[in-house]
Formats: sequence, C-alpha cells, structure tokens
Amino acid sequence: MEKRVIFKNWWLPLLLVAPQLAVTLVFFVWPASQALYGSLFVEDAFGTSSEFVGVQNFLGLFNDGYYAHSFGITVLFSVAVAGLGLGVSLLLAVFADRVIRGARLYQTLLIWPYAVAPAIAGVLWMFMFDPSVGVAAWALKRMGVNWNHLLNGHQAMALVVFAAAWKQVSYNFIFFLAGLTAIPKSLIEAAAIDGAGPARRFFDIVFPLLTPTTFFLLVVNIIYAFFDTFGVIDAVTQGGPAKATEVLVFKIFQDGFKGQDYGGAAAQSVILMLIVVALTVAQFRYVEKKVNY
Amino acid sequence: MAAVELRGVRKSYGSGKNALEVIHGIDCSVADGEFIVLVGPSGCGKSTLLRMMAGLEEISAGEIAIGGRVVNQLEPKDRDVAMVFQNYALYPHMSVRENMAYGLKIRGVAAAEIATRVERAAAMLELAPYLDRRPRELSGGQRQRVAMGRAIVRNPQVFLFDEPLSNLDAKLRVQTRMELQKLHREFNTTSLYVTHDQVEAMTLGQRLIVMNAGVAEQIGAPMEVYAKPASTFVAGFIGSPAMNLLRGEAQGDRFVTTATSAAIALATPAPPLSIHLPVPAPRDGPLVLGLRPEHLVPASAGAARFGFAVEMVESLGADSYAYGLGGGGTLIARVAAGTVPVVDEVLPLTFAAQHMHWFDAANGKRVA
Amino acid sequence: MVENRPGLNFFSHALLIIGVAVVAFPVYLTFVASTLTADQVLDAPMRLWPGSHLLENYAHVLQKGAGGAAPLSRLLFNSLISALVIAIGKIAISIISAYAIVYFRFPGRMFCFWLIFLTLMLPVEVRILPTYKVVADMGFLDSYVGLTLPLIASATATFLFRQFFLTIPDELLEAARIDGAGPLRFFWDVVLPLSVTNIAALFVILFIYGWNQYLWPLLITTQENMYTAVIGMRRMMSGGDAATEWNLVMTTAMLTMLPPAIVVILMQRWFVKGLVDSEK
Repeated sequence: MEKRVIFKNWWLPLLLVAPQLAVTLVFFVWPASQALYGSLFVEDAFGTSSEFVGVQNFLGLFNDGYYAHSFGITVLFSVAVAGLGLGVSLLLAVFADRVIRGARLYQTLLIWPYAVAPAIAGVLWMFMFDPSVGVAAWALKRMGVNWNHLLNGHQAMALVVFAAAWKQVSYNFIFFLAGLTAIPKSLIEAAAIDGAGPARRFFDIVFPLLTPTTFFLLVVNIIYAFFDTFGVIDAVTQGGPAKATEVLVFKIFQDGFKGQDYGGAAAQSVILMLIVVALTVAQFRYVEKKVNY
Repeated sequence: MAAVELRGVRKSYGSGKNALEVIHGIDCSVADGEFIVLVGPSGCGKSTLLRMMAGLEEISAGEIAIGGRVVNQLEPKDRDVAMVFQNYALYPHMSVRENMAYGLKIRGVAAAEIATRVERAAAMLELAPYLDRRPRELSGGQRQRVAMGRAIVRNPQVFLFDEPLSNLDAKLRVQTRMELQKLHREFNTTSLYVTHDQVEAMTLGQRLIVMNAGVAEQIGAPMEVYAKPASTFVAGFIGSPAMNLLRGEAQGDRFVTTATSAAIALATPAPPLSIHLPVPAPRDGPLVLGLRPEHLVPASAGAARFGFAVEMVESLGADSYAYGLGGGGTLIARVAAGTVPVVDEVLPLTFAAQHMHWFDAANGKRVA
Repeated sequence: MVENRPGLNFFSHALLIIGVAVVAFPVYLTFVASTLTADQVLDAPMRLWPGSHLLENYAHVLQKGAGGAAPLSRLLFNSLISALVIAIGKIAISIISAYAIVYFRFPGRMFCFWLIFLTLMLPVEVRILPTYKVVADMGFLDSYVGLTLPLIASATATFLFRQFFLTIPDELLEAARIDGAGPLRFFWDVVLPLSVTNIAALFVILFIYGWNQYLWPLLITTQENMYTAVIGMRRMMSGGDAATEWNLVMTTAMLTMLPPAIVVILMQRWFVKGLVDSEK
C-alpha cells in the first residue's frame, strides 16, 4: 500500500531515516555480517590469529553430540512452553469470554506477569521450588516426590518450562480474549439455535475461527521460547544439570563468552539466524492467512 | 479575488510510450468573481483539473494563471486558494476553532486578527456554539460548514470545491446549496466547483464546464447548455430525465430512424420508424435527433408526428414520465398529471420545430 | 452468553479465580519472603503470611543493596534511565523513519524499508558476540550509551507507525498543504497529535522491553553501579545457595517488578490495544 499524496523533497526523508539506519547498520547488519564471516574462521585461544576453515565450523557442529543434544533440548523446551502457555491461556480466555461481568477485571488480574522480566520469573519459580527452602518443593516432598532440580535434569527442565510459560500466559490471554471477542455473537447464537451446547459450540465454531490467532501465537511463543528465555535459563539452571537445559541461545553464550570458541559460536549464531528467518516468514504468512478469513 | 485562466491544460500520468493522457487540453477564462461548475461523470477528469488548480497535481502541459500570475510551479500554499474537500478533511484532533485558524496561524497572522476572522466566519455559518468542539462531535452538515469556514477565513483569491455536498443527505444538500449561493453573493469570490450532479451544476453555476473523458465538451451558462447542448454527450448529461436521442436518416421533412431497440426490431408488426418533421432537417443524410421528454406533447391522431407505445408510467405527482417505444428506440415523454397514459396504449406524440436538436451522427457534435 | 446456566457461570468464575491465584501465587510468595528475616525464610516450610520486616528489608535493599551489590536505588535508577531511553529513543527514530518512508519518495526508499525489516530477523541473542565487540571497540561498555543505543532500532515500531500513517486520509495532507504546512509542520501539527494513542501503547511495550533486558546488560556492565535492577538481582544469587539472603533477593525482585507492573496496569487500555495492533 502506498500513499497517493506525498511531499516532494529528497534530502529531508534521508535525514529522517538516518538515525534508524545508522543504528541498524552499526549494531545489527555489521555484527550479523561479522557473525557470518566469523563462522568461516577458527581463532586461536589468544585471538591473535585466525584461519579460514570454510564450512568446517558448521560440520563441527553437526558432528558435535552436544549441539544435537542442545537442539533437541531447545525443541522440547519450545514445544512445552508453547503448549503449556497456549493451553492454559486459551482455557482462561474462553471462560473469561463466557462471564459477562468481570472479564475486564480478570484481564487486569492476569496481564501483569507480562511486565515481569524473564530472569525474575525464573527466580520466583526457583524460590518456590528450591530444594531446601522452597514451599512447593517442601509440599512435593510431603507427597513423596523428591524434588531437586539441581540434580535432576527432568525436574530442571520442568521448572524452566513452568517459569517461561507462566510469564507468557498473560500475553497469550490478551490475544485469545481479543480473538474471542471478535467472533460475532450471532454465529454463536445461530449454533445455539441449531442445538449445539457450549462445548460443541467451542469445538465446532469458536476454535476454528480462532485458528489464525492460535497459529500466530504459536509462532510468537516459539520465538519467545527460543530467544527471550535466556534470562530464565541463566537464572534458574545455568543450562544444567549436566546440560539438561542448555538451549541453543545459552550454548552460544557458553561457547562464545565462557569457552572462547568464537568460530563455533558464530556458526551457531548463523544457524539461529536461519531459524529466526524461517519463523518470521511463518509469522508473515499468518498475516496473509488472516486476510483470507 | 482574481480571474483564472486555463490555457491548453493537459495532464498525463507516466512518461514516454506508457504515458496516459487523462486531460486533453482545456482552455477557459474564469472571470473575477465568477462561479464556475465543473460537471461530468466520474472519471472525466474534473477533480483532477481542480486539483491541478490547487497545486495538488502537477500540470503536464499548458498553463494555469490565477490573477494574471502563472502558478504552474507554485506550491499550493503560495497560490492563495482555499479548497473544500468531499470528505471535509478536517483535522480530527483540533477543535473547530483550531481547524479554521490553522491556515492563518501558519501564515503568521496575528492572534487577534485570527480570532476576529474565525468569529465572524463562525457567526455567518452558524457555527458559533460549536467552536470548541472536535469534528467528530458534529453532524455531517456542521462538518461541511466548518470546511467552508476554513476556506472563508483565509479570504483567498479563489475557492475550490471538490464535490462538497456529496456526503450529505438529500434535504441537507438542497439547504447547503442555497447557503453556498448566499455566500457567493456576499463575498463574490471566484469559485470553481466540481460535481457529478447536474442539478447542483444547473442551480449553482453561473457557467458550466461540462467535461467528458478529459475534454471540455461545452462551456456556457446553464440555460444555454440546456437549450443548446453542444454535443450528444452534453444533451444526454444535462437535463433530467435525459434527452431522447434518435439515430436515423433525414430526407427533407422525413426522418427515418434506425431501430436501435431490440424490442422494436423484433416487434410484429414493426412500428412505423418514420417521423414527420415540422420543418426540414438542416441537411439530408445520417443525423441524430434530440428531443427532450418535456417537449414531447400528446396530439390528436391526425396531428401525430410519431406513435409511442407506452410500456411503463412513473407518476411523480406534478407530472408523469411515460417510458416506451417509439421512433426506433426507447423514449421518455413527460406528460401532465391530468393525462396519465395507459400502459400498452399507443400515444400519438408531436413536438415543436424549435425543440429539435440535431447532431452529427459520426462525431456527436451539434449541427443545429 | 446465549443461555443462562448458573452452574456453568459459577464454574467459570471458580476456574478463573483459581487461574488468577495460580498466576499470582509465585508473586505472593515473593512478597511474603520480602517481609521476613533471612532465618525465617530458611525455616522450611516457610510461613505463608507476611511478617513484620517489610520496611526494614526494603530500606536495607534500597540503601545498601544485598549480596555485595550497589544499592538497589542506584540500580533502579539505571533501569529507569535505560528503559526510558530505549522506549523514547525507539519511538522517536521509528516514527520519523516511518514518516519518511510513507510520505516521501526518495532514492533508496525500498532499500531502507528492507534494511529496517531485516532487524526483525536479527534478535540480539543471535549476534551477541560481534555486537559486544562493536560496543567494546567504541568504548561504550559500562555506560548508558552502551546499555541503550544498540537496542534502539525497531522494525516493529516502524511498521506499526507506517501502518497507522497509511490510514491517515490523503485529504488531510492536501488540506494542510493548502493551509501552507510543510513536511515538518505537518508532522508536528497533524501526524504527531494523531499518533498519540499509538505512541502511548508502544511506550508501555517498549518500556517493559527496556526494563527487562537481560542478556545485553549482563554482558556489557561489569561495574556494580552500572548494573540494571534485573542484573543486580541476578548477581545477588551467584554466591551459592547457602549464602543467598533470600529475603533480600525477594525484596529486590518485588521492587524490580513493581515499576513495569504499575505501568502495565495503569496503562492497560493502551497496552492491550498496542499489543494487538502491533501484530496486525
């Protein structure tokens, strides 16, 4: 879409885009190209010399069992966070949409976790489940579950999933509620007259009409789980125990900053970039899909 | 106040081989203080022409002069024109007062002067009680008046109106039309007014520019355009219902029409296609005969110039319009309310010599 | 709803209340811990009602900090500066570049558009190392410039403004031109006032984005007095489990959560609109 009416001036617009462009070039495009470039080299431990190795770094990743492991962990983590976050928020949104009085109030009571930093969300949940002081850990122990996410990889994974999904519920809830409110009431009423009960109406009418929102949120939640949860992981498990929660973003950080493997970290960055591109394309497909509805 | 001159004004989009010309050279002199209406069907280029005068569209060729000064290269703000838009284009976040004052403020007019001018315009347009409201709190008619007020306070050399009444309901449109006439009498500012509504054009304009496909078909006073349309297009566009146009072959005082209506071509027995003219046609050969519905008069069977098979009658109270077949085509005739024709009746019709309009069959131009 | 089923309505409210409670519980627990002494927190199971050390803990953290960090008041100030600069900076440079892209035709226009679009695909997490190097080379480590400037480009904000500008009727610009307004004047007098709602919505989202930054400030701040509040809290806990003063960490968490939560709740209407609109 373009404006029919415009100003005739060529230097003013360049001046107006200049700040955005400068920041983009210096802090986005240049570093990204550096990552691309660096992914083809191996640097020695002191950073004094580097050697061109072509796709060696990438091949190294494919042969690295830890990388494949980290990939698997990331997928598991993302699916779990998206599934849990979407499921809970959809359930809450559907019932909030049902109640005539108080939907706004419930929204207010549910949206503030959006404001909580992922790292803080992690600390909150870690505190609840801390093996020695955590209230939840204590309660679980009472029920016979020996909770220690510092030692048990599965429990550590569950904990970061809870913390990450908890924070995302509010975001999903807002979109689901908006999507549900946008469904014409006449459709629901028509279905009711056709004899469909509340549950039937949800599965036959509401949920299909909500598909675009759900798809969009799915992509957003996966992006969130991939990138924005670094804080949760770093605060709660530091990728442990025994790399059980070392997602891709955390691994780049570990290998690059702690392990000084710049070439390997750069190659990982490049792969992550490709994933982001794919997810972004999927997200924009959503926009088209929505038009079709 | 100023005269406006259009000299060979052309507009084309694109360039080179792909250039698409939408206005094909318009010449017109608008006298100082004149109210000119640009009228034509949608897409005829009338709005584009107006926007070229405003400076919102570039002039591809030719010249536009306002008050003797060629304005081709001037920015809109330097042309000293004010414009009223179809959708009013009021600034939604400004009050009525701010909307009217904005142009003056930019021009650096003193605050006190702005206040008096706005107050005066508001009083004239009966907007005084609404000066501190936002546009969305006003009715359509009030918004329209604010848009006019915004133009008035500027006291420009020329007013430009781009279909300003088309978003109003019918009753308000009539009322605003009269207000516009009153305003023009008061200020006597040169005005150019674009509309597709021929009633608006007839009632408002001192002169009309009837446009079709980027060409000025006729420029003249409304009654002149009505009485002597320069082409079949103008004949069909000005006047409601439109003029009946019959194609055919003239031979002395006989005019044999071509059956243009499928219904006539199929009718058995075929209705007579020949019309007996009161005076001979201006020349023999293929011509188009134009007859306005109001000039077709029922006659006694002996005095009939042609027969008219009535298919449908619309009674509007004061008079009725009969639709039907006659003289080789579909015709409309206006009949007095007292003599409502019966459907399926063949009505003998006649017309006077001075009510015939003759057009060239090939190019549609008026012959006599 | 279509039919009135008292049972179902009751069930709905009950479920929502449980949902709210589950969502709120971690924060409630944090609040309780922030009102206790360190020993009370360690006394498992921790009590579930607030204690009497609220003011003491909050004052201690704000004035002296915890776990050897700088006073939290200083860190909150850092967070506030970063969040404000990031939010205002992003809005400012996005609104002017969107204005340029929508209201002008200039050489390289589409190139600029795609370049800005590209940033959407380059989250800070995937380019941390080289970006860190750039900022280090520029000497911006441990500075407000380093904390904010690299995050200030925004494709999302630019697209939102572009989308909005496209809905402003052309006639408004034409009227303004006839009134004598130039591009800057039109921006200042018409476009900016009309964008107020969008700006408010974006402000909430970007303020939270800036306040909650984690990886970036973690990398580029090494001096304690340049930490943001989130980083400060994180650093408090690195002393090992036993040494963690949970009551003070939780007090810090409460104080760090509070400003963005207040912004969200006070500006809920714009925030919800902004979120939903920015994804269109």
